[in-house]
Amino acid sequence: MTETLTDRAISGAPGDVAAARPARRGAGIGANVGGWLQAAPLTLVLLAFLVAPIAMIVTVSFWRATEFSIIPAFSFENYEFLFGSDVTYRVFFATFKYASITWAVTLAIGFTVAYFLAFHIRSQTMQIALFLLCTIPFWTSNIIRMISWIPFLGRNGIANQTLIDWGVIDQPLEWLLYSDFAVILAFVHLYTLFMVVPVFNTMMRIDKSLLEAARDNGASGLQTLVHVILPLTKPGIMIGTIFVVTLVMGDFITVRFMSGSQKANVGRLISNDIGLLQYPSAAATAVVLLCTVLIVIGILLRFVNIRKEL
Amino acid sequence: MAKVGYTRRSLLKSGAAAVAATALPAPMIWAQEIKNITLRQFGTGVSNLNDVAQKVKEDLGFTLEMTALDSDSVTQRAATQPDSFDIADIEYWICKKVWPTGNLQAMDTSKIANYDKIVGIFRDGKLTPESVIAQGTAPHSVGFVEGPDGTTFADSETGWMTLIPTIYNADTLGIRPDLIGRPIESWTELLNPEFKGKASILDISSIGIMDMAMVCEAMGEVQYGDKGNMTKEEIDKTMAIFTEAKQNGQFRAFWKTFDESVNLMSSGEVVIQSMWSPAITAVKSRGIPCVYQPLKEGYRSWGGGIGLSKSLSGMELDAAYDYINWYLSGWVGGYLMRQGYYSAVPETSKEFMSENEWGYWFEGKEATDVITSPTGDTLAQAGEVRDGGDFYSRMGAVACWNAVMDENQYMVRKWNEFIAA
Repeated sequence: MTETLTDRAISGAPGDVAAARPARRGAGIGANVGGWLQAAPLTLVLLAFLVAPIAMIVTVSFWRATEFSIIPAFSFENYEFLFGSDVTYRVFFATFKYASITWAVTLAIGFTVAYFLAFHIRSQTMQIALFLLCTIPFWTSNIIRMISWIPFLGRNGIANQTLIDWGVIDQPLEWLLYSDFAVILAFVHLYTLFMVVPVFNTMMRIDKSLLEAARDNGASGLQTLVHVILPLTKPGIMIGTIFVVTLVMGDFITVRFMSGSQKANVGRLISNDIGLLQYPSAAATAVVLLCTVLIVIGILLRFVNIRKEL
Repeated sequence: MAKVGYTRRSLLKSGAAAVAATALPAPMIWAQEIKNITLRQFGTGVSNLNDVAQKVKEDLGFTLEMTALDSDSVTQRAATQPDSFDIADIEYWICKKVWPTGNLQAMDTSKIANYDKIVGIFRDGKLTPESVIAQGTAPHSVGFVEGPDGTTFADSETGWMTLIPTIYNADTLGIRPDLIGRPIESWTELLNPEFKGKASILDISSIGIMDMAMVCEAMGEVQYGDKGNMTKEEIDKTMAIFTEAKQNGQFRAFWKTFDESVNLMSSGEVVIQSMWSPAITAVKSRGIPCVYQPLKEGYRSWGGGIGLSKSLSGMELDAAYDYINWYLSGWVGGYLMRQGYYSAVPETSKEFMSENEWGYWFEGKEATDVITSPTGDTLAQAGEVRDGGDFYSRMGAVACWNAVMDENQYMVRKWNEFIAA
């Protein structure tokens, strides 16, 4: 994913995907069969690996479970419990909180980085070099990237020691680790690149003559940014947003490690259920989460037509 | 029977040469076929050691495949995938959950050579004749069934065992004496505001709730009928106390894995927390002072054992019995005891430990020389004494066994709320 986006960004050749899509105007029945046949492998793959598992999850979410047996009976029990418990609402709220703060921060950083790469670096070699630099953290496992924050932020960690040495604080800051701050810091660290890549990609496709035209018409730097670059970058921002929001909403391990198990989001609720063999309950939570994420994406897509990007 | 493969050695040792002479031809055939046998064992990390598998290959000739999982996954597998294992190395409270599924078979104690030497805790429940049986899922209460196909647990020794006990210990709170600087004597200290932001408990509901109960009972806030089988009200009260403490910032973090507990303690993030014995050892081996503090209210104890899959039969079953007999014959026991656990048959383990090691680990005596772990790490210097003293003062002060409650599902939901609070 990253690679294809990057390649295209660098070669600056938009529309190669569009070109690959055959125009089927005025096709006869024979051509239709050919079309169906061509689509069949993908359809089968999607049926087997996307539709079937989701159908299974939805089915199981209506089943009942005891300690060790899952009873295939149609029941709303799981959903009743889910919607009847204020823990669910608190946890969903926490999930949205993580998603929105992470989104705002990754957008600010991602947009700035992409802007710098796209408009301030003139030589293409340098652009590629700096872009690759951004991807270096992705060469390690994301668990390692996350856990390496723990000794850094700890009570006697490097961050606190340094601040104390500088005389900024007298007491170690407790909220650096095992807090919402730590969780969001890790999210931002893990997912900013998912914002940089699509935004950079769209920015590279902005026709430079538009910027010249804006300047010729007397627009200031800020006006060009707000009225020209930002609207043209929207599809990229939207793709980045979808990446970041879905990744954060589906996460459980970052929240567990960085909050020292003290905070919960929906992913942790599901993983706890699975750990305790409560599959139907986990499935019900997963279905609600899936619907929530789809609704969020649906709303996002109302704002921007990302097909322009593809 | 072909089982002679192992007993041959003990027979020779006891000098019964005549019996040995008639038995000897059998091991020849046995020895050829046994090489092809593979037994699949799975369980929690504590006793699933590769060293054990290697030694089995050396001593018994067959292959033992080990899979280590966390307790939730172990329960899940034992309950849902009976064909995926031959030997289940599980805890007694897991046995209570899993036995009714019928995936395990009871073992004939007459085939177990050292059965009579197994510690009383696993037989009639009493460590010494005067002992009072602790609350919770005490091992003997789920240790026997009525017959080979029994599905309900028996009250007394019936000759059919569910699990052969292998390993057990008494757990308590771990502390950093250098950062606390005063004696700690009671479970109540876990919620002492003095340690605000520096305490931790484990995020494994079935065990965490027990530690909570020990604290609440010690505080005098909740009186339990049976801490191992709480009522809904008792669960609510316990959770309320801990939720309040959590919201006041008492806890730095919760831990779920062994490594997490070691890191929390050694980095000084936490100065008092629920902990497991080898984790204390791991902290100490980094040169950081750490004490497994005996507390006046007693210990929370746990025990594990090996059970046989229902589908084991024929030669594999014989091999499994050989394995069990070998397990109780001392080598593994010595290995485990040198890590700070206890073996089900201490007297056979003694032969595989030095006098110094036996004195330090079992008798609670001062070490006369450096104490090292089976893997060679230094655990104690000469002159040091084991926290909590000898075997009888530690295992004799058990207040509660790890357990599974009737209200387990309710408790789990409450636990989720506690984490989300």
